[in-house]
Amino acid sequence: MAATAIDIHGLEFRYRSASKPVLQIAELSLAAGENCFLYGPSGCGKTTLLGLVAGVLKATQGEVKVLGEDLRAMSGAARDRFRGSKLGYIFQMFNLIPYLSVRDNILLACRLHPERRQRLGGESLDDAARRMARSLGIENFLDCGVTELSVGQQQRVAAARALLGAPPLIIADEPTSALDAAHREQFLQLLLAQARAAQSTVLFVSHDQSLAPLFERRISLPEVNQAI
Amino acid sequence: MLLLNLAWQSLKNRRISTSLTVLSIALSVALLLGVEALQKSARESFSSTISQTDLIAGARGGSLQLLLYTVFRIGQATNNIKYASYQEWAKHPAIEWTIPYSLGDSHRGFRVIGTDQNFYQHYRFRRNRQVRFAAGRAPATFTETALGSDVAARLGYQAGTKIALTHGVGAAGILDHDDKPFTVVGILERTATPIDRSVYITLEGMSAVHAGWEEGAPPEPGEEVAVKSLSAEQLKPEAITSFLIRCKSRIDSLRLMREISNYSGEPMMAIIPGATMSELWSTVEYAETALRIVGGFVIVVGLMGMLVAIYTTLNERRREMAILRAVGAGPAKIVTLFVLESLLLAASGCVLGAGFMYAGIQSLQGYVEQRFGLYLRWQGLSQEHFLYMGAVLLAALFIGLVPAWRAYRNTLADGLSVRI
Repeated sequence: MAATAIDIHGLEFRYRSASKPVLQIAELSLAAGENCFLYGPSGCGKTTLLGLVAGVLKATQGEVKVLGEDLRAMSGAARDRFRGSKLGYIFQMFNLIPYLSVRDNILLACRLHPERRQRLGGESLDDAARRMARSLGIENFLDCGVTELSVGQQQRVAAARALLGAPPLIIADEPTSALDAAHREQFLQLLLAQARAAQSTVLFVSHDQSLAPLFERRISLPEVNQAI
Repeated sequence: MLLLNLAWQSLKNRRISTSLTVLSIALSVALLLGVEALQKSARESFSSTISQTDLIAGARGGSLQLLLYTVFRIGQATNNIKYASYQEWAKHPAIEWTIPYSLGDSHRGFRVIGTDQNFYQHYRFRRNRQVRFAAGRAPATFTETALGSDVAARLGYQAGTKIALTHGVGAAGILDHDDKPFTVVGILERTATPIDRSVYITLEGMSAVHAGWEEGAPPEPGEEVAVKSLSAEQLKPEAITSFLIRCKSRIDSLRLMREISNYSGEPMMAIIPGATMSELWSTVEYAETALRIVGGFVIVVGLMGMLVAIYTTLNERRREMAILRAVGAGPAKIVTLFVLESLLLAASGCVLGAGFMYAGIQSLQGYVEQRFGLYLRWQGLSQEHFLYMGAVLLAALFIGLVPAWRAYRNTLADGLSVRI
């Protein structure tokens, strides 16, 4: 595994070439296996940074290396493949495809990407989904439609999908903001425990600083983003 | 495979909109295929009305006309030919048999045909089927008549019923031959051809009803010719309208056709039924093409419904697209997903539409045959059908690209975030 999970140098990003830069980061790196709390109020470029790291956006200037690979040098299709097989992504809410069962939602990335499936070892997709669901306490919902779940349960399904197939990097974009305080910490503990077990790096984004003590490392985006 | 499953699940999730879309496509496909089936059945029905007849001969005139009034009881002859001429031709060494037809009268809207025993013996339809009697026998004397099955059924006649003929093919009542009634002695078996809609009498009977009608109008009171007083001379047929010819060898038919056209006795002509029928098809081809174009437009309307059904979901599915992108599905996969949905809808529509047509033909067969004398038949799925369905799928593919393209643009713009 690469020594650094994320390595950013001289990054600049603008949505349109003429507009003001949204992000300007001279230096930002994250060691492999580290879990990191990225803090910032709304509008400071959090989602943009995640888009860049996930390879959905392309840096206007500078270098974005994720898991040792230079995303700027990759084609769009290669970045999609990279994201699907090496990254787990959790949204703030509405993480699930409404017409698929819980099981199919959990297995989505593994089904799309052979590389990720291979990382399951010999385990069958069904067994893997069951194991992951059990460890997150949603085993009983595997065959349910996702609309029958509470928001907290839905977020756990999203976590299960992001964790399955042990992706080296997990990105969570305010996954707990729709949960109440009690569930928030419980969810986070589960997520971090599973990530640790898989030796995955976690980049956790939130505007809620009360969660920060649970992480090994904390970064304040307004401090590193020179565009603001 | 995964994408196909996704497309399927997504359609299943929108059950009502999906089934309505499939239904509208199915109905349009059924219509298009139905037009095709109707056209084929019509041609088949028409063509099978007459078989084993090599030539039809009559007075010189339009060949289509000759075919129509002789075989299909449509329109009227302008001229007759002499019975003597017919007898001369009937003796021709190249001819196996002939069937004389004398037309011009009617009974309550049904055509009356004067013919002889040859008709019952030699006439063939649907390849090799012969005219048979459901009841009774062929008319033998000039006061007897046999009825086609439709005539008997519609008018409720049975053997023994006495009927009066009408001069010309107008409505009954004005110029009735009620001075000389005919007795029904036989009813023909159903054939599902124009044979069912005719009244058959002997050639002598045709002469008899017209005895005293030499001027084409009823005889003056006091000048009527009593049936019993008709002499053998008065019963002898003087003219017929046309006759069917079967050659001993088909090779002779072309030569015979020329011979008849050059006949010195009177102006005559002969036609080959099959050739004239293709002439008929070429004249109705415009109507068929028009129907097909209408069918094509109906398909387009059905597919437009599909476009609307998919397009209106695009906004609410932006979230879904972001999720798919997050798990590493590229824009190409998103496009494929939408195109697959369109194709699934169209394909189900095609299958269901073919089913509709099959069911429609099965259930309407009896009614259509009874009402229009048209035998609808399920011809199986022909190459043409597959061609049509292929075209529908291709159109669906192109139409499906519209929402797919839109989704693709959305995906690129949204990335992993969705502005709702």
